[in-house]
Amino acid sequence: MAGKIIIDTEKCKGCGLCVVACPKGSIVISEQSNAKGYYPPRQANDDCTGCCNCAVVCPDAAIEVQRDDSNRMKAAGHHSKNSKASLVEDRA
Amino acid sequence: MKTVFARTPSLKDCPTHYCPGCGHGIAHRLVAECIDELDIRERTIGIAPVGCAVLLYDYIDVDCIEVAHGRAPAVATGMKRTNPEKIIFSYQGDGDLASIGAAEILHAGHRGEQLTVIFINNAIFGMTGGQMAPTTTLGQVTATTPRGRTAAEQGYPLQVSEIMALLPGVIYVERTALDGAAGVRKTKKAIKHAFELQVEGAEGLALVEVLSPCPTYWRMPPAKATEWIKTEMTKVFPLGRLKG
Repeated sequence: MAGKIIIDTEKCKGCGLCVVACPKGSIVISEQSNAKGYYPPRQANDDCTGCCNCAVVCPDAAIEVQRDDSNRMKAAGHHSKNSKASLVEDRA
Repeated sequence: MKTVFARTPSLKDCPTHYCPGCGHGIAHRLVAECIDELDIRERTIGIAPVGCAVLLYDYIDVDCIEVAHGRAPAVATGMKRTNPEKIIFSYQGDGDLASIGAAEILHAGHRGEQLTVIFINNAIFGMTGGQMAPTTTLGQVTATTPRGRTAAEQGYPLQVSEIMALLPGVIYVERTALDGAAGVRKTKKAIKHAFELQVEGAEGLALVEVLSPCPTYWRMPPAKATEWIKTEMTKVFPLGRLKG
């Protein structure tokens, strides 16, 4: 896992824009609501690359992104070969 | 693991009153990020509009002033002329800037005032309950155009950026959209450039029009609203740098 997101669930309004923005399909809406009754998202798997797309589109600035850059170059090289194929597979 | 994205210090650590999926939250964050990156927090004064973003000063931690509906460019003119070292920005919606404040923005541009204007265009009046705005697209259903806007009855959508780009006093006009991660990143670049021009003392007004989703009054889920910007809104309001 190269990346990790930390969601401030009490600030989140459950709009789901991060779910759509995630290129890895790593974010899903959780079944547990917050105090306001919104359903915040959660990280569903270890595919996060730390690209920050979810945090960039979050209207409530409720997402913090952490990334382990030590293996980043290696990981980027690995993904660039099959990136298109794996994306299609993920979406399907 | 190191933190690569976190809440910027100029954005107050509190929840906003905006509806889920509203573009204002994103735009506020971008403005705050640009202010922090340019290190101008201590000398920036923001002007809040009348509209959904009326409580801007509750969210962006810089000096702010609330002014009469649409009069932000007029007040900003006075502020900038008396305090030229300050960075003045106005944050206005389409009801504020394109409707009641159309004269003010036009003349601030025509006088070539050194201002940064963030214009949030969501094609509807959000705060008052989803009525037609000057920027409402043809065919768009709103509370006051229940059968869709028609050119014959309500006229055409007002293209503020195109009008402003014609004025010699306006030095930078760009239209961007909050229609996904790429669009948000482009919007940030544009907002930052608009601030940079003022920081560098460029003479003239910089305006960034941001196409922003209003899922509540467009009556669609947030993800669909961003799609609607891409597929429908950009037809009427083409993206890109119009001047500068």
